[in-house]
Amino acid sequence: MAEFETPALKPYPEIPPIEIGSMAHSKPYVAKEDLQQKIGFPGELIDNWEKVAIDKMGELVNGSRALRVFLDSCVKCGACTDKCHYYLGTSDPNNMPVARQDLFRSVYRRYYTLAGKYLPGLVGARDMDQSVIDEWYSYFHQCSQCRRCSVYCPYGIDTAEISMAAREIMDTIGVGQKYCNEIIGKAQTIGNNLGLPEPALADTLEGLEEDIEEETGVTVRMPLDVKGADILLVTPSADFFAEPHVDGLIGYAKVFHQAGMSWTLSSYASEAANFGMFIGSYENMQVLALRIREAALELGVKRIIFGECGHAWRVAYNFLDTLAGPFDFLDRNYPMPQHICEVTYDLLQRKALRMDPSANDDMVLTFHDSCNIARGSRMGDFEGGQFVIPREVIKASCNHFVDMPADTVKEATFCCGGGGGLLTDDLVELRVKGALPRMEALQQVVEQHGVTHLAAICAICKSQFSKILPYYGFEMDQVVSIHQLVSNAIQLGGEH
Amino acid sequence: MSLLTIAFTLLFYFAAATIVAGLVYRIRLYAVTPTPLRIPTTPAPITTQGVVRRMFFEVTLFNSLFKSNKWIWLFGWVFHAALLFVLLRHLRYFTDPVWSWVALIQPIGSYAAFAMVAGLAGLWARRFLVDRVRYISSLSDHLMLALLVAIGLTGLGMKYVAHTDIVAVKAFFLGLMYFDWQPMPSDLLLCLHLLLVALLMIIFPFSKLLHAPGVFFSPTRNQIDNPREKRHVPTRKSAPVKQAG
Repeated sequence: MAEFETPALKPYPEIPPIEIGSMAHSKPYVAKEDLQQKIGFPGELIDNWEKVAIDKMGELVNGSRALRVFLDSCVKCGACTDKCHYYLGTSDPNNMPVARQDLFRSVYRRYYTLAGKYLPGLVGARDMDQSVIDEWYSYFHQCSQCRRCSVYCPYGIDTAEISMAAREIMDTIGVGQKYCNEIIGKAQTIGNNLGLPEPALADTLEGLEEDIEEETGVTVRMPLDVKGADILLVTPSADFFAEPHVDGLIGYAKVFHQAGMSWTLSSYASEAANFGMFIGSYENMQVLALRIREAALELGVKRIIFGECGHAWRVAYNFLDTLAGPFDFLDRNYPMPQHICEVTYDLLQRKALRMDPSANDDMVLTFHDSCNIARGSRMGDFEGGQFVIPREVIKASCNHFVDMPADTVKEATFCCGGGGGLLTDDLVELRVKGALPRMEALQQVVEQHGVTHLAAICAICKSQFSKILPYYGFEMDQVVSIHQLVSNAIQLGGEH
Repeated sequence: MSLLTIAFTLLFYFAAATIVAGLVYRIRLYAVTPTPLRIPTTPAPITTQGVVRRMFFEVTLFNSLFKSNKWIWLFGWVFHAALLFVLLRHLRYFTDPVWSWVALIQPIGSYAAFAMVAGLAGLWARRFLVDRVRYISSLSDHLMLALLVAIGLTGLGMKYVAHTDIVAVKAFFLGLMYFDWQPMPSDLLLCLHLLLVALLMIIFPFSKLLHAPGVFFSPTRNQIDNPREKRHVPTRKSAPVKQAG
């Protein structure tokens, strides 16, 4: 890992001048043979990889209206050039969304457009060769698929779609990323990204039940594999042990407990995250989604609820029914699937939870909208519910809440810097630099409003901030889960 | 018939056929290409009506671009709005008698040409002055602007500097439309103007100008955010892979 300097926090965010190649050295570890083969990809770079890559590109474009329209439509207006957190944090022009797309588009033009075939120099088309794949491997692993560029593009071009396609092509020729592919393999065989087998999971949950009882004097259950429960809770496996994730899990359990809801976790589908999306692999994403369906059928539940996770909620909300549906065996009086924040919000609306927000009086909170929730999904039954509902849950749990500047929240939110399959130690320089815009926004509310804590709603955001906050002079425990706040505020004793 | 008339007659039939056939082919391709998953950029409308509204403001006011960058929006919107009036004004050369509303907007169209060139100049200046935009500009991006500016300037030249025989021009185009071919006036500015317009028509379906039909097919903008109400049925069948040429 190369040495690097943490960017300085500026009082007013600036658009940096370009520094060509400043992040060309950033590359995650390549997946070894066994990891690749486990999820259906060649173990190493195949012989005729150029042809296979070009054919795969054609197949993907033929199979995706988004790709086809996006590759044709960009006019290079420049609207997106200052929108990516990785560009703002690294100054590398290939991290401008349009330039990142062009790494892909230049090859597409060469092989699939008339202009690129006959006048490559004119339209910036280039042959598929080793240098292309090297650039792809570097820069398509500097995109967290957060979709911020797509908000600002006049044609809605979503670089995430192009990053996913590039990663799938690379996997197809045997060049995969270790972090993602190892995790997908674990989730497909063991059931979660951490590789926690059922006994370890049962142990962990039992320990958590004891902790809650010790702290509150109330017995709150953390059921696992309970057949006939009403609700299957699917949550990112980081919730089982990482801080502050686990405090969120305790919060969900307390909400279910007070509302008297019958729920269970599944050891078979003990993972909400779906890294198949990050590598653009429909098939791998589907394998993971089907585990949730199978678990729901096996346990005979009526509802599926997802815990706090960003891209997992995007996959759940937008893709799950397509990938693994139809879910007509569930009780369709409830949304399929439902987010834990929606559940808590509904209960709060019905005054079914007894909350004492003063329990969080030691904190002044702000909220980090997770990119995939903000721009890739929704909560509630109205447009923009994904912004309102988490904030309402926070406000019901604490007395001091302020938002960060308007151009850094809601649909304009910045990625934490670790999304899209980049939450790995071999990319720590990228993660630190990519967090710059978020850290500057945080710094502003810390100075102006005395904010002490950043509430997050995604396992990746939470892990990323725990790691990155100290680089910018904050403390790692300044990031909290929303349901950790709920957990602190909810009054369990004496409800009978 | 003079050689010039024959050349321009053939050129415009070829250009018209190319832009029509090219766009029909491309739009059909957009329409038949599957959408495996639902991917609207949220917050997105939750009804069809809402999507129609979103798309309407996107293509008339460039909403997303306005959110993004006020300078690009200003230059881009002024150029496109002016182009619209300029094109509508030109309908007078293709209709006989001239529709009354086309007659009415003639003055707007005439001045809009200045706004069009000014907008283009602004966009072009950014390609030199803003380091990020300079980095992403390829030769074709500059040439496209050059082409549009040249069309605008030759048009303005005929309107305000060296008048051409517009009665003869109109006769030429009506002749094209009704297959009753008329002589093409031999005026240098006019020939240049029409040559460039024909070139623009020919490259339209092969270039980034495809953003015009493309925006209507952009799944992040035209999909409804209602996955819990309506299951998005996967359409995964692909047409056979075909390379260019």
